[in-house]
Amino acid sequence: MALTLAADAALIRDTALDFFAKRSPVGALRKLRDDKDALGFSLPLWRQMGELGWAGFLVPETYGGAGFGCLGLGLVLEGAGRTLAATPLLATALLGASALTLAGGDRQKSEHLPALAKGELLLALALEEGAHHAPYRIATAARHDDGGFRLDGEKRFVLDGHIADLLIVVARSSGESGDRRGLTLFLVPGDAAGVTRTRTRMVDSRNAATIRFDGVLLGEEAVLGRVDEGAEVLDPLLDRACAGLAAEMLGSAAEAFERTVQYLKDRRQFGVPIGSFQALKHRAAAMFCEIELTRSAVLAALTAIDAGAQDASGLASLAKAKAGDAFFLIGNEGVQMHGGIGMTDEHEIGFFLKRARVAQASFGDSAFHRDRYAELGGY
Amino acid sequence: MQDAAAFRAEARAWLEANCPASMRGPMPDDEIVWGGRRASFKNPESKLWLERMAAQGWTVPTWPRAYGGGGLTAAEARILDEEMRRLNCRSPLQSFGIWMLGPVLLEYGSEAQKEAHLPRIARGEIRWCQGYSEPEAGSDLAGLKTRAVLQGEHFLVNGHKIWTSYANLADWIFCLVRTDPTAKKHEGISFLLIDMDDPGIRTRPIQLISGASPFCETFIENVRVPQENLVGGLNNGWTIAKKLLEHERKMIASIGERQRGAERSLSEFAKTYAGTRDRRIADAVLRDRIAQQEIDQRAFQLTQRRAAEEAKGGSPGPASAMFKYYGTELNKRKFELLLQCLGTQALGWEGDGFAADELRITREWLRSKANSIEGGTSEIQLNIIAKRVLGLPD
Repeated sequence: MALTLAADAALIRDTALDFFAKRSPVGALRKLRDDKDALGFSLPLWRQMGELGWAGFLVPETYGGAGFGCLGLGLVLEGAGRTLAATPLLATALLGASALTLAGGDRQKSEHLPALAKGELLLALALEEGAHHAPYRIATAARHDDGGFRLDGEKRFVLDGHIADLLIVVARSSGESGDRRGLTLFLVPGDAAGVTRTRTRMVDSRNAATIRFDGVLLGEEAVLGRVDEGAEVLDPLLDRACAGLAAEMLGSAAEAFERTVQYLKDRRQFGVPIGSFQALKHRAAAMFCEIELTRSAVLAALTAIDAGAQDASGLASLAKAKAGDAFFLIGNEGVQMHGGIGMTDEHEIGFFLKRARVAQASFGDSAFHRDRYAELGGY
Repeated sequence: MQDAAAFRAEARAWLEANCPASMRGPMPDDEIVWGGRRASFKNPESKLWLERMAAQGWTVPTWPRAYGGGGLTAAEARILDEEMRRLNCRSPLQSFGIWMLGPVLLEYGSEAQKEAHLPRIARGEIRWCQGYSEPEAGSDLAGLKTRAVLQGEHFLVNGHKIWTSYANLADWIFCLVRTDPTAKKHEGISFLLIDMDDPGIRTRPIQLISGASPFCETFIENVRVPQENLVGGLNNGWTIAKKLLEHERKMIASIGERQRGAERSLSEFAKTYAGTRDRRIADAVLRDRIAQQEIDQRAFQLTQRRAAEEAKGGSPGPASAMFKYYGTELNKRKFELLLQCLGTQALGWEGDGFAADELRITREWLRSKANSIEGGTSEIQLNIIAKRVLGLPD
């Protein structure tokens, strides 16, 4: 597998970089935040992404998508990360499309995928229940009820949860919290009876929600995949989440780094640019190395997922761990190297620091993924 | 790709037919072949293997055939490397001539110099060493003082080099010398090839903290060097010196891969020496540190591969500083972790009570400390990245 981009992939990357730079600069996120925008993202912008085919990148052509694969979508996410663009790319185009294509039945696919590919259907993955990523520590109960299921529980930190048309809910249909077996995935309309959604305002100005399920009644047709075997879908789904988010984090980290290096060249103290000081040079050079390693890890993970490679899970955890550490480091150093101006809300570098922290916690932080990498490696 | 498959089949068949049985498998230190006038072969099959590979041009697969190389493309050389790994073939020849001098001679050497030196490097007939550092010129390499004065057809060379790897075993030395003491320090340096078979050259091994003596001091006293041994023109040595350093950094950056200490993984050592719980490493802190190391090593290897694909066999460029910095820091970290895994079993120096592997790891841990010093310190590499990659001002 090559780690350099083919011409078509390079074109996608360049298109995405240009698109987000022109239509969704960091100022767009600030405006959404300051306006307390109800959606939390720009619907017209999302429609344009739908027209470009990005919403349906992972949707097979038979359902109106591009069938381009995770590498292509990862490159778009990297571009979005450059400007911290708040979009449904991760929750809908990556996770929603992946869940439906990996586990959906024919009816579920033909009902939802065409609308998703057009950018007209928003999804969200309702997984987490505690303050830390723990994909099998699920207590939300799916009890068999009159030929269907009855859903009770509470989900937190559901990205795009407050606006999703359709929720993918991970619930426990048997076994104990912590068991890998006994999980079932359900498709639940966001406005179903018994669903209560509370938007949470996150430090990075992105969208998330706490969602309660009180006796939500579901038919058999709501089951996505097989009953009790949800982890078989959830694991590859989370691999994609990690690789895709790592790609977005790579874009954000690279942008924050380049802005910081530029500031080191521009800012003068003691009559010289502060970038001439070795104390700053060495730290900048070390950050450069971390970005280069992260880029290789992200490309390897996305490529491995598309190829269905044996070590895709390990590479996904590797990419998430590296991206988490690199973005964390650069977010912090970015503010420090900008000095006082970096502490102001007016300057944009702080947006990167905030996003780094939220992105790191999403789908498992670096420590989680080091542990998973070790476990997959047999130690 | 048809050609690639054909070449792979051809290389595989040749290796299977020609690589002696004892050359397939790990190489003990005392069977490493460095070549040279005084080469000795503890295992006679090492000699046979070297001769067969050299005749094929595969000690230097990408060099032109005219100079003893295999004339392979970068892609073919990668295939050959993969096939050699598949069969566990030993490297037939370790050589600073191959890793460092050869590439710059190919780029800067005269036709006569290429013809005189490259085939002898390829066949392992001449062992080279590197005369760069001096007692007063370490990180500030361009401050070197070894003088070469042109007298008719010869340079008269006087000076004192240090950290010359294996100078006591080498036949020739490629040397940075000062030819114009009045010019700015980078502009008065020349690159000279010197035959060490001269009574004016003395070497003295330096014992290191590891107990080994891989480095020497080299004293050069009134040595006459023919003018034809000047590479790349008078006072033009710094350009060549920097280019050669890029090749050296690339070589040192891969240190973790080449070293034998890694036949057992860190996690296996941890399990053996620090215990397991539920078949995992019992100590969660140690486990996390090992995972961090494994992740960084893998990401680093992926980055080396990506850079090789992007460079398409070209010169490593300033990015070599990143590989030198990161690779050596990783290798040092690996040995720190190995010591943590082995506990007091890694604290022996010699004799009873310690397995040979344990003693070797202790010595290699000490040796690894030099990785981030030799070939330009980590701090110098960071300076190079800051200046030449990031464009930060002086």
